[in-house]
Parts: sequence; C-alpha cells; structure tokens
Amino acid sequence: MDFVRNFPLFSVALCLMSAVLCSVLGAKPAKWLTLSVQAVNCCLSASVAAFCLCTGESYLYPMGFIGAPWGNELRGGVLEGLIGSSAALVLCMSVLGGVRFIKRDILPAKQNLYFLLINLVGAAVTSLIYTNDVFTGYVFLEILTLSSCGILMIRDIGRTTLAATRYLILNLMGSGLFLLGLILSYDITGHLLMQSMAGSFDLLEQSGEHAIVASVAVGLICVGLGIKSGLYPFHFWMQDTYGSATPSSAAVLSGVVSKGYIFLLIKIMCRVIGIGSPLLEGARFILLVLGILGIVMGSVGAMRQSSVNRMIALSSAAQIGYIYVGIGLGTELSLAAAILQLIAHMLTKPLLFLAAARLTEVSSGSPVFKALQGSGRRDPFAGAMFSAGAFSMMGIPAFAGFSAKLYFCVAAVEYQDLAARWAVLLALAVSTVLNTYYFIRTAIRIWSPIGPAAEKPPRHELAFVAASTVLVALNLVIGLWSGQISRVISAGIEMLS
Amino acid sequence: MKNSAFAGFLRWLDGDPEILLGAEEMTEQPDVPRDSQKQRIHHLEHVLKDHPLPVPRAFSRRNVRIFYAVVSVVCCLVIISCLLLAVSDLPRFGVEHAEVEEVTEKYVLDGLEETGAVNIVSGIILDYRAFDTLGESFVLFCALNCVLILLRTDSREEEHDISYYSLSGDDVLRKSIMFTLPLVLVFGVYVLLNGHLSPGGGFSGGAVMGGGLILLSTGYGGEVTGRFITERRFKTVCFIALSFYCLSKSYVFFTGANGLETGISLGTPGAILSSGLILPLNIAVGMVVTCTMYGIYRMFKKGSF
Repeated sequence: MDFVRNFPLFSVALCLMSAVLCSVLGAKPAKWLTLSVQAVNCCLSASVAAFCLCTGESYLYPMGFIGAPWGNELRGGVLEGLIGSSAALVLCMSVLGGVRFIKRDILPAKQNLYFLLINLVGAAVTSLIYTNDVFTGYVFLEILTLSSCGILMIRDIGRTTLAATRYLILNLMGSGLFLLGLILSYDITGHLLMQSMAGSFDLLEQSGEHAIVASVAVGLICVGLGIKSGLYPFHFWMQDTYGSATPSSAAVLSGVVSKGYIFLLIKIMCRVIGIGSPLLEGARFILLVLGILGIVMGSVGAMRQSSVNRMIALSSAAQIGYIYVGIGLGTELSLAAAILQLIAHMLTKPLLFLAAARLTEVSSGSPVFKALQGSGRRDPFAGAMFSAGAFSMMGIPAFAGFSAKLYFCVAAVEYQDLAARWAVLLALAVSTVLNTYYFIRTAIRIWSPIGPAAEKPPRHELAFVAASTVLVALNLVIGLWSGQISRVISAGIEMLS
Repeated sequence: MKNSAFAGFLRWLDGDPEILLGAEEMTEQPDVPRDSQKQRIHHLEHVLKDHPLPVPRAFSRRNVRIFYAVVSVVCCLVIISCLLLAVSDLPRFGVEHAEVEEVTEKYVLDGLEETGAVNIVSGIILDYRAFDTLGESFVLFCALNCVLILLRTDSREEEHDISYYSLSGDDVLRKSIMFTLPLVLVFGVYVLLNGHLSPGGGFSGGAVMGGGLILLSTGYGGEVTGRFITERRFKTVCFIALSFYCLSKSYVFFTGANGLETGISLGTPGAILSSGLILPLNIAVGMVVTCTMYGIYRMFKKGSF
C-alpha cells in the first residue's frame, strides 16, 4: 500500500496527540506545537489530494483489522484532501495572525487550553472531512461543537459567555436532530458506513418500503447540519458569537468550523442518499429557498450593523447562503461552485476578522464605524489587507470571491428549472449590490482622511503580516487560476458519488 | 424630505458613509426640572402622555410574544407529527430483517473470535469501532477543559463560605462514607478490569470510581482528596491515559490498514489477561472518565483542585 494513504490517519492522530500534549505544556510551547502540527496537517492533506489526483481515484482506509462494513473507515479523495489542507492552513494562519490578541484576551494560565482546543478543532474538522462513517461524523461533530464553544468563551467577558450559551443551545439542537436522523436511517438500513447505507437506501427506494422514515431521516440530517452551520433563519447567533470572540476564534469559527459541518452534509448527500435521489428533492428545495433567503437577509442584516466585526459576522450568513444555494440546485456545476465558495469564504473571512481587529486596535479599541474613520491610514498594512478581503467578498475579479460567484451564475444559467434559475440569479445580483454597498462603505470609512490621530503608531508584527499575506496570496491564486481549481474540484465531486 | 433615499444618496456622495441612518434631527427638549426624583418621574409621565412612544401596533411586544407562541406551538406540532409518522413506519421491533442485520450478525457470531472479548459490547466499542470510542474519550477531555476554562479561578483561599448547604463535616455522611467508599472504589475497579469479560468497561467503571471520589470530597472536603489528587497528578493521569489510548490505537489502525502484524496476542477468551488491547484501553478510558467526573465536580465546587 502506498504510504500516502496513511496520511488521513496521521493527520487526525497528530492533532489529537498535540491536544493532549498541550494540556501539560506551557502557553508558548503549546502555541508552537499547534502551529507546526497544523502546518504539517496541511501538507499531509495536500499530499492526499495530489495523490488522488494523480491516481485518478479515491481510496478507503479501514481503521483496524476488520474493515467495511463492520469497522470504522476513512476515505481519502481529492475533495477531502483539498478541503482538509485549506482548513488546516486557515486554522494555522488564524492562530498565527491573532497571536497578540490571544495574549491580550486570554488569561495567561488558560492560554495552553486555548491551543489545546484549537488542536481539537483541527482533529474534529479533519475527521469530519475524511470520515466514511456517519457515526464517526457524529462523534467528531460533538468534539467540534464543544471545542468551538470553548474557544469562544475563553475570552472572559460577559458577552462571550452569553454568546457561547446561545451558540451551545442551538448547536446541541442541531446535533440532536442530526443524531435522530442517523438513528432513524440506521434503523431501516442497518449500516453506518456510507457506501453500505447508500446500497440499502437504493434497495429501499426500489421496494418502496419505509419511505416515510427515509424522508424524515433525510430531513432531520439536513436540518440538523443546517442549524449548526448557520443557515438562515438559524443565523442569529452569528453576530454575537463572531463579533465578541477573540479575533482568532472568530476567524476559526467562521472560516473552519462551519465548513466542517457543511462538508459533512455534502458528503452524506452525495455518498449516502445520492444528490439526484428523489428522496432528497424536498430537502434540496428547502435548502435552496433558505439559501436564497439567507443571501438576501444576511446582507440586509450586515448592512444595518454599526460595528465592523458584527457586519463581517453577519455577512457570513449571506456567504453560507451561497453554499446552500449550490447544494440546493444539486447539479455537478452548482456543487463545484458551492465547494469553490466554501474554500473562498474559508480563506477570506479569517483575513477580514484579523485585519478588522488590527484596525479596531488603532481606533482606540472601538469597532464602531465612526471610530474606524481613517484607521487604514493609521495602520496601512491592515487597511490594505482588509480591503483585499472586502474585494474578495464583493466579487472583484482576480479574487476568489469573484470566481465563486461566476461559477454560481454559470450553474444557475444552466439549471433547467426556470423559476429557480431566475430566483438564484436575482438573489446573486441583489446580494452583490448589497455586499458592495456595505463593504465599500467600510473601505471608504477606513481610508477617509478624517478621524482621531493614532495614540501610538502600530507595531509591525511579523506574525500578522505573514498570516494575512498567505491568505491574500491564496485568495489571488484561487481567483486567477479558478479554471484549474474548478477542474480539480469537479474531479473530486465525480469521485465523491 | 430630509430622510428620503435621494437625500441620503446626496449625503453619501458628500462623504457621509451611512445612507440608511438618515440625518439626525435634533429638536429642542423642554427643560427637565431637576428638583427631585418624584418631580422628574411626574414630568416623564406627563411627557409620555403627550407623546407616546412610537411603537407600531403590529410589532408591539404583546403581538410579537403571541406570534412566537403560536409559531413555536405549530413547529412543535409539525415535528411531533413527523416523528410519530416516522415511528409508525419503522421496522417492527424483534422481527427478523436479514438485510438490516448483516453487521450485528457478524458482531454476535464472530465477535469473540476476532476480538477475544467475551463481552461483545466491549469488543465492538474498543475494537471494531475503536475510532468512535477514541473520539468519545476526547469528547470527555474536551468537556473537562471547557469546564476548566469556564470555572477555574485558581483561588488559593479556602472553599467559599458555603457551609449552610455544604455536607462536609456531617457526621452521618462521614461515617457512611467510611463504610461505602472502599466498596464503591473496589466495585469500580472490578467493573473496569472485567470490562472484556462481563458487562461494564471503562466508561461505567470510571463513572463508579469518579462517583466514589466525589462522595469522599463531599463528606470530607476538598483538602482530603486534594492530598492525593493534586493538579499535577490529575494532569499526568489524563495525559498518560489519553496519549496511551491515542498512540496504541493509531498503531493498531496503521498495522490493520497496512496488513501488518501487531504482535499483540488475543490470549485465551475468558481469562483476565486476554482480548489484546481491550483491557489496557478500558483502564485508560476509566482513568479519563474518573478524572473528568472528579475534575468537573471540583471546578463547580471550588474552582480549583
């Protein structure tokens, strides 16, 4: 067996081991351990993607001596490798870019626990991405829920505790519904492994038995994961959660955590139920409608915010709406667009959160727009990085956001149902205008010359410069070479089903 | 016209970045008498009477509350009916379904031979589906650390003044703990060590032992348990148990997937030293569960170990 095939296991085991190690290390070694483990994790996943792209097929990896369908199993493929490596990279960059804020916001005695939780987030997301077993998905979903709650509330201010409580309640509701869905489908299929479940679902569909259970189970799984990833109308926790957490946590929560849930949903849809299956039609329609509503309402909500991090937070609702529109349309093109958007958003949101935190810092610590006036002039590098992120969100050509939106348009134009096509196109147009409105407004704010003078010139910080440069560079790479990347993604989607 | 969209757009061109907020209209307020609280309240009542707060009728607090109540009841009814429908369509319990039982059949028939564990449940959770269980123990670890983050205060002081509801020092409790604690702990160890032979295992044995420690700490106060469970020891036990679990299972996964020999013998089924890694893994899980339970209790009670 090729050695590369072991890499998914190594990624998960590395993250788990480093989490355990962080519990006994001090803050500084824990930080370096976390950063290096996530960097290694990124390389491992990238090699899996490259390997599968070269061999042209995905592979199954039994976890133990007894393989499918009795034991656990991982699955390596192009998409898994691609998303796994981007998630690990974004995790690494979010922590690196916000290191100073971690020191500022978190008690010194608890900083190693923060890095521990970041490692657990990494392990959970990696497992969610690679798993080929729905119950393993559930277990790591729980780890992800708890650890993301932890990195949110570790900033010890009242608001984060409140936000964490709200986040936990909603997330547990989502997990509960997801688990109910799994139980019901296990009851009628007798399997937890994805391809075995898919076989049983096919047989059930042909015989017409237990149709009600199957559709309720599918509905529960979709709704559960939808709630967890912040699909409209379950997005209202976002502004408090992302807005009050320490910038690294906000970046991780919006960039990595929600994407883990969404990718699990995509995987279950493609590999268990079958994206074109009639069972999924109702659920896809609902996801499409909620996605469109999310796009519009998220943008309107973001427009009405008076502080920059709450605005960025709520614009996530719109961006996640795009992904759900892609899933809802359910064609190969739209799924590719959804995955591209997933990666683009993963790279852009952390950049915006980190840059906004620095701009806030040079504006006497206040994130409201009035205080931010002229902050780009006080910290030009952060201003430039924020503007780059904003350009990507608006969909300016050459940035990743543009290519994602372009692929959505193409997918919508080629969609056969006329009403859905126009609804999606209209939503895209409206949201682009709204996106541009609130991001341009912020960009004008931060670059306009008036405003209080800086108390002290911003410190040059290599960590932030490196992290944001990497994120912008990747953003540009995806924007400029979107053709090649979308071909890779299409190859991955073909392997998925 | 001051707040119309067009005026807003003009202002935006002029450099005011907020179109939607509109220009602020300041009107002169009548002087507020500052004599006394009573007068001020009287004045406010007067003002409110003349200019009631502009709450649109449709969105008044009462209407919103009614709306939420109705919507939540409707949602619950819909979900309940969906779930009831689904339950009525489920395969009947106890009726044989060959196609649904492929997995369970194998567990029951080959479990003993393949895992060496007489207790098939242990065989399933620590061998067939060991990756899930690895995840579960990290769920506990994660929960413990979240509680540490939330509640740890590192107060060096004595336990807070909670004597009015604390049971510590209660003679009846202390005497009964003296009798029950050894039994509880020994039973916990028994359940833990026999996990592969009889019902039990790391999770249940750990829960029993953790319960015993909590009992001791309730009756005799934290200083008694603190003598042998220091923070350092607590961390070390968690660290060793989890890293052993993680490393040994990763080794088994690696060898299993690559078709290599592990060199771990399954032993004679039924013997105490049998079933390969299941016994040490049960001990590791038990340690993690004990630490988690006791740690969470101490955090809630005092905020430090």
